[in-house]
Amino acid sequence: MPTDGYRKPLPVPSPETRRFWEGCRKHELWLPYCRACGQFYFYPRDFCPRCFGWDIEWRQASGRGKIYTFAIQYRAWHPGWAEETPYITALVELEEGPRLFTNIVGIEADPRKVRCDMPVEVAWDDVSAEISLPKFRPVG
Amino acid sequence: MTLKRSAAITGIGEMRPSRSPDGKSTLGIWTEVAREAILDAGLTTPEIDGLLVAPPITEQAAMWPSILGEYLNIHPGYGNVVDLGGASACGMVWRAAAAIQSGLCRAVLCVTGEASDVETFYAPRAPRARRPVQQLPYREFEVPYGPMGVNSGYALIAMRHMHEHGTTGRQLAKIAVDQRTNACANPDALYYGKQITVDDVLASPLVVDPLHLLEIVRPCTGGAAIVVVAPDLAGAAPRAPVWLLGAAEASRGIMLSQFDTITTSPIAICAPRALEMAGVAHGDIDLISVYDCYTITVLITLEDAGFCPKGKGGPFVEEHDLTYAGDLPLNTHGGQLSFGQPGLAGGMSHVTEAVRQLQGRAGKRQVRDCELAFVNGNGGIMSEQVSLVLGT
Ligand SMILES: [Zn+2]
Repeated sequence: MPTDGYRKPLPVPSPETRRFWEGCRKHELWLPYCRACGQFYFYPRDFCPRCFGWDIEWRQASGRGKIYTFAIQYRAWHPGWAEETPYITALVELEEGPRLFTNIVGIEADPRKVRCDMPVEVAWDDVSAEISLPKFRPVG
Repeated sequence: MTLKRSAAITGIGEMRPSRSPDGKSTLGIWTEVAREAILDAGLTTPEIDGLLVAPPITEQAAMWPSILGEYLNIHPGYGNVVDLGGASACGMVWRAAAAIQSGLCRAVLCVTGEASDVETFYAPRAPRARRPVQQLPYREFEVPYGPMGVNSGYALIAMRHMHEHGTTGRQLAKIAVDQRTNACANPDALYYGKQITVDDVLASPLVVDPLHLLEIVRPCTGGAAIVVVAPDLAGAAPRAPVWLLGAAEASRGIMLSQFDTITTSPIAICAPRALEMAGVAHGDIDLISVYDCYTITVLITLEDAGFCPKGKGGPFVEEHDLTYAGDLPLNTHGGQLSFGQPGLAGGMSHVTEAVRQLQGRAGKRQVRDCELAFVNGNGGIMSEQVSLVLGT
């Protein structure tokens, strides 16, 4: 549990996901990759959900992608976000294919400014000693 | 293999939704609606030999069928929890029919209901201290980013639908308005007597943009139950039996990030199968009674079920009158948006309303010559789907 005043839920890495979070801590986005399918997938499992094959490896992703869709949170359910509304939740589609649920940062939470398919890049948020969350900001 | 006319709904029981539990327990609500449904079907508790229960959202316990069975003194030969979120009620109907068809049982009581509060359901809540939390993927990869429950998921779907198809907030609001008109003909509806306009919907607060308060379902207290029986029992029932004519189910998981597209749902898979089993076409349907946790849910359901082409749901709802007196009667009880969403009984309300309409006992909001209903249950974030065709 966080002791540094961070009041939001933190991810709890599992043996299957630890490699992902280790990369994040170094501000590197590493994704599982299926050698049989020749494709990335996310979230991490020890196998490929597409072919159920177990011949997988980890590869570093570019950190670039686009906003598949977004929503502006005017209300928060968890008190940790109560002081931060409005903020942006989104699905970002990475260049490598997988989509991640994330936040869009570095832009006003205004639907006239954010748009679907807008190019974004990863922006790291160091929320605890162990966890850095990959968030995304508009490019350029 | 078909479930067509394998079983019929012969009894319904439904509690009038209320804004707060007012001392009622979930078990008490279940008992009230179960009694009403069994009496409506002309049966007694010893004749009930199947029991399906939808788990309450706000209460945790194991073995719900045993708890309820003991409470009612019903000892079924077939009992299950049906845990498909909002699709649970529709999922119960075909599961009951399949169990009856297989000879496991002859009269299945299906129960839903919840004691929850309109005012506090969406209040910010602190995580319960020291509660052990399972390592589930959505807790690891979604919750740390602050989604507001499923509100965020449906907002994400609506935003993408607007982007891909030009759907407007005004078109979505029309759905909420027509359903409210229906609720104003239903004295049992939570929002009876409170007509709204498209401008009211658009002027209501944005909860999660693009979703306004008046197009988001309001959890409340209530319950609903049905009795599904074998054909021979249906023939002896006091009311006209409502037959299961078609059923199909389709699921795609639970996290939006895992779906190839979020603007088309698995309804595109199960609705055509259910209609095919029933041997009916869209034009034959007299009543559309479909899950409506948000306006976007209804719009995408109409598209994916084939009532209009993909992406044309916006113009379609503008061109049609969705009220009980209109050319395309939809959610004539008001839908969950205006009738209320008492937990998973919200999804049962689409079934009970279809039964009422098909039996000709919908009162002021009765649809004329109503013989065929398309019913759809939706669970998760448009991920779990059950389509039914019900008829006389
Ligand atoms: Zn593979």
